[in-house]
Amino acid sequence: MSQIIGYPEYMLKLIEKVEETRDKRLKEEYERIAPKEKEELLRKWHPDYRPEGKRPLKIGPSKGLMVPHEVADLIEAYPLIDPAQIDLSRIDYDVDILIIGGGGAGASAAIWANISGVPADRILLVTKLRFGDANTKMAQGGIQAADRPEDSPILHYLDVIGGGHFANKPELVKKLVTDAPFIIKWLEDLGVMFDRDSEGNFIELSGGGACRRRLHACKDYTGLEIMRVLMDETLNRGIQILEFSPAIELLTDPDTGAVTGALLWNLETKEYYIARAKAVILTTGGYGRLHIQGFPTTNHYGATMDGVVMAYRVGAKLRDLDSTQYHPTGAAYPEQIVGLLITEKCRGLGAQLVNIDGEQFVYPLEPRDVVASAIIRECYGRNKGIVTPTGMRGVWLDLPMIEEIHGKGTIQRYLSAIYRMYMRFGIDPTKYPVLVFPTLHYMNGGVEINVKAQVLNGKGEPIPGFFAAGEVCGGVHGKNRLMGNSLLEITVFGRTAGMSAAEYIKNVTPGKLSLKHVERYIEMLKEAKIPPKRKSPMILPEYRGEKVLSRALPLLTI
Amino acid sequence: MNGEEKEERKMKMVRIYIMGKMYEVPEGLTIMKAMEYAGYKFIRGCGCRGGFCGACATVYRIGNDYKLYTGLACQTTVVDGMYLVQIPFVPAEKPKYDIEKLRPTASTVISIFPEVTRCVACNTCTKSCPQNLEVMDAIQSIIRGDLIKAAELSFDCIACGICSMRCPAEIIHYHVFQLVRRLYGKYLAKKSKQLENRLNEILQGKYEEELNKLTKLGIEELKKLYESREIEKVGVIRR
Repeated sequence: MSQIIGYPEYMLKLIEKVEETRDKRLKEEYERIAPKEKEELLRKWHPDYRPEGKRPLKIGPSKGLMVPHEVADLIEAYPLIDPAQIDLSRIDYDVDILIIGGGGAGASAAIWANISGVPADRILLVTKLRFGDANTKMAQGGIQAADRPEDSPILHYLDVIGGGHFANKPELVKKLVTDAPFIIKWLEDLGVMFDRDSEGNFIELSGGGACRRRLHACKDYTGLEIMRVLMDETLNRGIQILEFSPAIELLTDPDTGAVTGALLWNLETKEYYIARAKAVILTTGGYGRLHIQGFPTTNHYGATMDGVVMAYRVGAKLRDLDSTQYHPTGAAYPEQIVGLLITEKCRGLGAQLVNIDGEQFVYPLEPRDVVASAIIRECYGRNKGIVTPTGMRGVWLDLPMIEEIHGKGTIQRYLSAIYRMYMRFGIDPTKYPVLVFPTLHYMNGGVEINVKAQVLNGKGEPIPGFFAAGEVCGGVHGKNRLMGNSLLEITVFGRTAGMSAAEYIKNVTPGKLSLKHVERYIEMLKEAKIPPKRKSPMILPEYRGEKVLSRALPLLTI
Repeated sequence: MNGEEKEERKMKMVRIYIMGKMYEVPEGLTIMKAMEYAGYKFIRGCGCRGGFCGACATVYRIGNDYKLYTGLACQTTVVDGMYLVQIPFVPAEKPKYDIEKLRPTASTVISIFPEVTRCVACNTCTKSCPQNLEVMDAIQSIIRGDLIKAAELSFDCIACGICSMRCPAEIIHYHVFQLVRRLYGKYLAKKSKQLENRLNEILQGKYEEELNKLTKLGIEELKKLYESREIEKVGVIRR
C-alpha cells in the first residue's frame, strides 16, 4: 500500500527556488574550505566541540578521557548481575574461539578463523539479535580500496589520516589501506556483486574527503550485499551461531588476566549461559542508539555500545571516544524516516547541498564532520534552513541533479534503496530534492587494538586471549571516519582478528573462569561514589511510550 | 500527568489492532513506532529500523477490505482500522554448499533447490513483496536458465521471507536468490584487471617503504602532504 504524504504546498513553493538555480549550479564548483576556516567551522558548529556535551571518565584504565555523557553514564555503571549469583561451574558452550557480535566484523572473523584451521564446530558466534542484524547491512555507499591506476595506497593513507585529524593510529591505517585491495578480491571470490563497467572494472565514485574516486559499491545496498554473502559463507562452513543471546559480561582467568569466555543471556527465556573459549573476539559495534546529544540515528536497534562497557571492565584501554560521527545527510522529512541515512553516494554522484535560497554553501564532498557542521551553521547560524511541518530544520540535497549529470534512470539503478524509501512516502527523488540534517552515525573511537587486532590494556600491552574488530575499536579513523572505510575496517580487522585468534589458541589450554574483574570494578565504582541504580550494558534502547512505562507493573518477572 | 494527557488529546489518534487488540496511537507513526508507543518492547520483529534488514515483516488488513497487505513495520505508516501482525521468523533452514565447487548454471541451483521447478507462476510472491520486486520473474528466469537476470531482479531482496510464507509451491526464495547472486558475482561477472595489477604491485612491496615512512612522519609534515593532494573530479558513470 502506498502512503501518499509527499511535500506540503509551502515546501513545494520553496523547491521552486532549488529548481531555478539548478542549471547555474550544474556548472558551478563550490570552493573547498581552507584549513584555518575548517577548524573554526568545526569548533563553532560541530556537536563534538560543545564542552557541555562531555565529561572525563572517573574510573578505570582510561580515567580522565573525555567522553559524551551518554557514554560515561554506561561506563560508570554497575553490572546487571551480581557476580555471586552466577554459577560458573556449569559450562554450556566450550569452544576454541568465541565471537561476540554478528555483524560484518564477526562474520569475517569467523570465516577466517575457520580458514586458518580452527574447525567450524570449535567456533561459536553469539549475537544479540539475529545473525546479520548490524550496521553493516545498513551501509549504503561503498567500500574504499585504492585499485585504480591513478590512485594508490599512499593517497588512501593520506586521506584517512587527514580526514581523522591526524589522530589515527598510523600502523592501523597502514594495514587498512594495504589490505584493502585484497579484501575486494576476497569479497569478489565469495561472490559479492559489485557495480562494474562493461570491461569488468569497478564503477568507483568519490567519497567525502577522498582525493580519488575509490568507492566500490553494490548499488546503494553495498553493506547488505556484503553482509548477506558473509552470512551465507559462515553458515555454509557450519560455524555455530547463537542468536538472541547477547554477552552481558566477559569472563577472565583470575591468575593470568586472560579473557576466557563470556556470560550470555537468552533474551527470550531469560536464562544465562556460560561460554568458555581459548580466545574471545569482540565485534559488537557502536553506539548510535545512545542518541548522543539527543540526535536521531542511522544505526540498528542493538547499537548500544555493550562491547565497550564489557571490555572496559576487563581493563581495555579506550581512545578517541570524545569524537562522534554525525552523518551530514540524515533524512529530515517526512517525519516517519527522520534520521535515516541518505547515502553520501548521492553527493559522490554530484548532488549538491542547497539552502532555502537555492544556493550552495559548502563543497559537497568535504569530510563528514565539515559538511555536517556547515549544515548546522546554515540552519542555526545563518537561518537559511527549511523548517518542516513538525518544526525540524534541514537543507536540500538536490537529487534530481544526478539524473542531469549521469542520465535518466541513474537514481533507480544506482540508488534504488533511496528511491524506494522516498517513493514509499510519495516523494519522487528523481523530480524533487530531499530535506536533510545531520544524524548520529558512527562511534569514531572505542577499544584500542594493535595490528594483530589484540585488545590493549592501560599500559598498551595485549590482554591475553582478547581480540576485537570493527566499530567497537578506536584508532583506525582517528577523530573522523571517511565514507567507505567502515565496511573496509570490519573486513580487514575482522579477518585479522580471526587469523590472530586462530594462531593464538594453538599454544593455549582453556583458562579458569571468573568474574573477579567485575568484582574489582564494582569496588572502583563504589569508591568513586557512582549512583548504584545506574546499570549497564544497555542491551536494547527504551522506546516504549511514557504513559505505558509509568503504569507498568513488573509482575511475573524473576 | 494531566499536562501529558492534554498534550495527547491535541494529537490526532488512530485505532490500530495489534494481533486483534485495539490501541489508540498518534496518527503518522510507523507501525514499529506505534507498537512501541502502545507498550511493546521488541526482541524479534525489529532490526535495522531503516528498511534494510527484513526483520519487521508485517501483514495487515484495513477495516472490511478483504485484501491482505504486506509491509515493513519500520517503513509503513499506521492507518485507522489497521489489523496487523508481525512475522517474527520464517522457518527455512539454509542448505549448505561449497561455492568453490559449484558450476554457475541453473541446474546447479535446481539441484540444490528442486522446489523452484514447482513454481506455478501465480505471482503471489510478487504481489506480496514489500520491496516491490519482480519475484516471480526472478524465479522464472532461473527455470529458463538466465541466472544473470535472476541475480539482477532479486538484488534488492532484504530476505523478509513474506514471499516464502505465501508461496503455494513452498519455494524459499531468498535462499535461492542468495545462491544465484553468489554464482553470478563469483563466476559470471567480468573481473577487474586494474585490481589484479594493484594486488601484484602490493605483493611486490611497491608501497611498503613509502607507507612505512608515512607512519613515522610528524603531524606538520603530514598536514603539508595532505593539503597539497590534488582532488580528482566527480566523474560520470561509464557503464
